[in-house]
Amino acid sequence: MLKIDNLHARIGDTEILKGLSLELGAGEVHAIMGPNGSGKSTLASILAGRDDYEVTEGSITFDGVDLLELDATERAVAGIFLAFQYPVEIPGVSNINFLRTALNSIREQREEAPLSGKDFLAKVKACAQLVELDGKLRDRSVNEGFSGGEKKRNEVFQMAMLEPKLAVLDETDSGLDIDALRIVAHGVNSMRGADRSFLVITHYQRLLDHIVPDFVHVLAGGRIVHSGGKELALELEEKGYDWIVDAQPTEQA
Amino acid sequence: MSAAEENPLLDEFTRKEYEFGFTTDIDADKLAPGLNEGVIRLISAKKNEPEWMLQWRLDAFRVWQGMEEPDWAHVNYEKPDYQAISYYSAPKSKVALGSLDEVDPELRATMDKLGISMEEQKRLSGVAVDFVMDSVSVATSFKDKLAELGIIFCSMSEAIQEHPELVRQHLGTVVPVKDNFFSALNSAVFTDGSFCYIPKGSRCPMELSTYFRINEAGTGQFERTLLIAEEGSYVSYLEGCTAPQRDENQLHAAVVELIAKDDAEIKYSTVQNWYPGDANGKGGVFNFVTKRGICETRAKISWTQVETGSAVTWKYPSCILKGDGSIGEFYSVAVTNNAQQADTGTKMIHLGANTHSTIISKGISAGNSQNSYRGLVQIGPRARNARNFSQCDSLLMTDTSGAHTFPYIETKNPTAHVEHEATTSRIGEDQIFYCLQRGLTEEQAIGLIVNGYAKEVLNKLPMEFAVEARKLLTISLEGSVG
Repeated sequence: MLKIDNLHARIGDTEILKGLSLELGAGEVHAIMGPNGSGKSTLASILAGRDDYEVTEGSITFDGVDLLELDATERAVAGIFLAFQYPVEIPGVSNINFLRTALNSIREQREEAPLSGKDFLAKVKACAQLVELDGKLRDRSVNEGFSGGEKKRNEVFQMAMLEPKLAVLDETDSGLDIDALRIVAHGVNSMRGADRSFLVITHYQRLLDHIVPDFVHVLAGGRIVHSGGKELALELEEKGYDWIVDAQPTEQA
Repeated sequence: MSAAEENPLLDEFTRKEYEFGFTTDIDADKLAPGLNEGVIRLISAKKNEPEWMLQWRLDAFRVWQGMEEPDWAHVNYEKPDYQAISYYSAPKSKVALGSLDEVDPELRATMDKLGISMEEQKRLSGVAVDFVMDSVSVATSFKDKLAELGIIFCSMSEAIQEHPELVRQHLGTVVPVKDNFFSALNSAVFTDGSFCYIPKGSRCPMELSTYFRINEAGTGQFERTLLIAEEGSYVSYLEGCTAPQRDENQLHAAVVELIAKDDAEIKYSTVQNWYPGDANGKGGVFNFVTKRGICETRAKISWTQVETGSAVTWKYPSCILKGDGSIGEFYSVAVTNNAQQADTGTKMIHLGANTHSTIISKGISAGNSQNSYRGLVQIGPRARNARNFSQCDSLLMTDTSGAHTFPYIETKNPTAHVEHEATTSRIGEDQIFYCLQRGLTEEQAIGLIVNGYAKEVLNKLPMEFAVEARKLLTISLEGSVG
């Protein structure tokens, strides 16, 4: 469903991804782990279409389509969702109005009829329950004055509303206490299905206790350097990253 | 690489044609350009005015001749040649109209294009519309219903004929003739405008609304509006403008006077969308407006404005809080794009005790535009316990636009509380990307973010007007992030 082949990308003069390859099948959950600065968040941003990064080599295909040819909006319409590490605040725009605009914009671009007010509200209710999102948070301005945990729950709430084919979770566990982590993980798990893939980017193994991945990859120095099953996460937790990173041949300048 | 090459969307939209840039082909009765006593006598004669009105105009003209055009505002423009302007233009059909069906079909079509078809207005929103095309009102609705309540809502020309005592008693009492260069000019040559009188204790049951249009090339527009709310009365007044595309600068120098007597309340809302000129500001409207209201005891005046148009704007809707316990409010959103320049704000003059004022100003600058807030809060020696709260926010859409804040605070009473807050921010690329990632288009994203930013002000507008204003904000700023 998603195929990343030999991806090279830079921001300014700094090359961050240096030949990253990765393949995700439909319905699979892949975890990407790695030390700080290895390029995890860059990968998430590039998948979502942020134009601060320049792709210099390689390809990304999504459902057979060249993803790099699509802008950020088109990617969202194609079914890609990014749960941001740092969700931004949009003062004066209610969460609910924001989501309705987003949902109907996507539907319009897919040439589907807009959702009726009644159906929309029913969906909001169901999705909000999934992540135990307070009614007040739905009506407040987007992420404004939300705690760290509330912002992350709001991201998963939006994901549930937009029903993506590929959800990229960028350090969704950062800043969460254990209760919030459970809630977020429950939301994600209940959305798992044959038609939906997840790319879970995390620094810590603990999220993967709750969202159990099919595959775990180690990203270091801009490349996937090691892949394995869910047990790899535990091994990383125990031994750290050095044993894998150090085993890599030294990069030629 | 130029900004335009970096962002083709920016380029496309900043050069976007003005949506209401059409002209209506109606025969007009127009005076040759130039200004002298003879012209003023002619205007007055054409309007069949009483002698006192003519004398008032002539006195104003003499005052104006001795005045200099001000240049303290943070705007640059080529000063108009006042002798090259025609000071009178009226649609030729002079027959009094009994109903809308008798209105010139061309005019009706213009109204339809603007989305303000009068029958729609009547049926859907219950708004009485006094439609001003060029300088003479051509149609007025709902007059009978208002008349039952003793409310007068008519053109200024009609008021001078039908209610001369009311006009004579109040005209120029809030904005004196010699107040400034443009108020003096307006007093000499105004051709029409709106007059509104709400009797004691009456609550006007509908929003009163006037639409202005500049229609004749080279015609200055000198509207004169006078609104009198007697003791304990209430009125909400809406003013909205669009103007057709023109190659030469068009001068608009209106005067609006509001009088709120004891315990009266006036809400005055404006959505202003004069033609801003092309991408270089060529051909846009010069908008030099004097708006002021006076509040007697416990009276309240609220000004709400959404300003998106004009090449140059010079406008400070103000409140004189004369009576004890009176309240003045100013809520403003001013958008400038391309080469537009706006210097706008308010004056809150606290004279009475326990007077309160609130100023919320939201400036949005895009393109190469310059957007300034200029506000005065003055607390007089007798204004015990006066309070003011001012908040002036600026949002920059590009790094080539400018936002400026010039607050003036003068306090002559030690019990006064004056608070001023100001912020300036750039529209966040992170905010836009967040929206795009959720499936919004760039225009939707900007519309949403800007409307959110301006929400506090937009919420003060009456419902139908707020909807229109939101659309206008989005249209004015499409693709303007850079």
